[in-house]
Amino acid sequence: MNIHEYQAKELFEKYGVATPKGVAVKASAEYSTALGQINTANGIMVKSQIHAGGRGKGTFTNGFKGGVKFSPNKEKAIENATAMLGNTLVTAQTGPEGRKVQTIYFTEAANLGKRPDGRDDEYYLAILLDRATSRPVIVASTEGGVEIEQVAHDTPEKIFKVQVDPAVGLQPFQARQIAFALGFSGELFKQCVTLVTRLYQLYWDKDCAMVEVNPLLVTKEGQLLALDAKVSFDDNALFRHPDIVALRDLNEEDAKEIEASKYGLSYIALDGNIACLVNGAGLAMSTMDIIQHFGGSPANFLDVGGGATKDQVSAAFKIILGDKNVKGILVNIFGGIMDCNVIATGIVEAVKETGLKLPLVVRLEGNNVQAGKATLAASGLTIVSGDTMADAAQKIVKLVNQK
Amino acid sequence: MSILVQENTRVLVQGITGDFGARHARLSIEYGSQIVAGVTPGKGGQVFEHNGVKVPIFNTVADAAKQTGATVSAIFVPPPFAADAILECVDADLDLAIAITEGIPVRDMVRAKRAMQGRRTRLIGPNCPGIVTPGRGEKSHGGCRIGIAPGYIHKRGKVGVVSRSGTLTYEAVWQLTCKGHGQSTCVGIGGDPVNGTSHLDVIKLFNEDPETEAIIMIGEIGGNAEVEAARWIKEHCKKPVAGFIAGATAPAGRRMGHAGAVIGGAEDTAAAKIKIFKECGISVAATPSDMADALLRIWKG
Repeated sequence: MNIHEYQAKELFEKYGVATPKGVAVKASAEYSTALGQINTANGIMVKSQIHAGGRGKGTFTNGFKGGVKFSPNKEKAIENATAMLGNTLVTAQTGPEGRKVQTIYFTEAANLGKRPDGRDDEYYLAILLDRATSRPVIVASTEGGVEIEQVAHDTPEKIFKVQVDPAVGLQPFQARQIAFALGFSGELFKQCVTLVTRLYQLYWDKDCAMVEVNPLLVTKEGQLLALDAKVSFDDNALFRHPDIVALRDLNEEDAKEIEASKYGLSYIALDGNIACLVNGAGLAMSTMDIIQHFGGSPANFLDVGGGATKDQVSAAFKIILGDKNVKGILVNIFGGIMDCNVIATGIVEAVKETGLKLPLVVRLEGNNVQAGKATLAASGLTIVSGDTMADAAQKIVKLVNQK
Repeated sequence: MSILVQENTRVLVQGITGDFGARHARLSIEYGSQIVAGVTPGKGGQVFEHNGVKVPIFNTVADAAKQTGATVSAIFVPPPFAADAILECVDADLDLAIAITEGIPVRDMVRAKRAMQGRRTRLIGPNCPGIVTPGRGEKSHGGCRIGIAPGYIHKRGKVGVVSRSGTLTYEAVWQLTCKGHGQSTCVGIGGDPVNGTSHLDVIKLFNEDPETEAIIMIGEIGGNAEVEAARWIKEHCKKPVAGFIAGATAPAGRRMGHAGAVIGGAEDTAAAKIKIFKECGISVAATPSDMADALLRIWKG
């Protein structure tokens, strides 16, 4: 689960990690009051709140450029906020449809410190799971404010990593290692050790998938400040964090994906035109792959799970058909344990209920498969049967391309 | 032989009184597997009965192991309690803990895996279909089925199968069986980012197993476990290996059902993994329908 920057910074504040003071607003009527609560002497940052990166370089569908804007005074801040709020921001991570900005975050603009070479004094810090060692890893770099993937590619020697032993947690010497690696001394060194320790505590306490600060900044006044904050959580652990669940913003999630999750279905919308309905995540992924292999384009990932019921199949059909790009459907079920005939009955009912007119290819394999195929054949519906995954994928691609 | 479990392996089931655990305990008994104990705290002394087989239930794994000689546990307990169940197996010094449970918090698994270091118990999973060593009876009856895989699709034979995905494993197994080729052991290592046994761990076991003559390795996007295994295979594996990677069409950054199936970096993509498979001499299946054939192109049975 993802949260907004302003929510992440509220968590940072709770853990004693310094961020620029800010106020989040959801309506233009609140602009003046909000701006009255922060010090605007150095100017104001106006930041669109969406769950996607690349906001600063994004463009709104109304032509306005930049989802994050420096504003020298309150009037300019209100002007910028007005151009953003309620409008759709397209960034490298949102896809072409973009995201509607429903919250604006005003923050005090920080006084950026400079390095001897004149560059802004910006760093990178993140905490996440290292899959290779199954341990948390803290990643730090002197190169902040840019894409960390780029730094890792171009100058890997500038990335510093510390593995944390989960049996004892982050040790003080490890926090010192990071502060030394970032080149800090004196008062800033102490600030860095404290900041790393507190962020790790947040990561561990709240079952975070990732805590990322980019950039971490040194101000002219000599303070270490988290200028941006990105925090995501392990979905599997949300049951023990009601305070985090309360931060969920359903506006940021695909309505069809939310609907699917109510039925225990795992659904992800894609931009193709052949929908698929599959049992099992691996099989669902590879069903998408085989559609593409034979020249088609998958419209979604949909896993009905290992023990799919008739109700789930019916709900899955409705969700699939809610996507207007869909021109055909491929059902691929390997009913190892579950009864293929139950699935077949569910398909027939769903087709009748939705009045399906699109081509439908069904590949059933496994337990009680003959009865399942007989049910499909006896339904009087135009359902094409596929014998193998390859056969079924070729048939649906052909049917969709004929139209 | 086979790997990890044999026909006579004695198995206990943690969570045997829950719907999920009970259902699959019954199917394993029907398959002819040696389900010798159940564990549900507070229900010790009760008996789980199916098809005339009486399975005693114990309060603790240690008791169950001591009194029945069980060496392997199948874990079906709900996610909030699953890491605890795994560590109970470790405490009882079982050979194997096979965690079927899906949805265990990552933090719980990070701690459990750390606590398992230096102990004798091996963990398979979590979020996995389990292990099947097929039997020699009709439809492979009499084998050791631990977990949720359909037993009847198997056939005793010479191919080892290792996979992160349940249904993709069944797909590969069924293709093999339909073409007349049986399996030595099929291992589902699970779709979570933190798991107990990797592709490479299983490949090493297959490499040493005299009954296994060829291997199918099924992977997906996310992490570098398949890449690690492929590079080892190139240097050390004595047996022909076919491979498949799911997720060529998956968008970056999205979790595709499995918690571990998310593209995070350049080596995480299906294209990158397939390229490395080919460089390492693995016969790559172009589609999931091609998994058995990919193996048969380099191995005649």
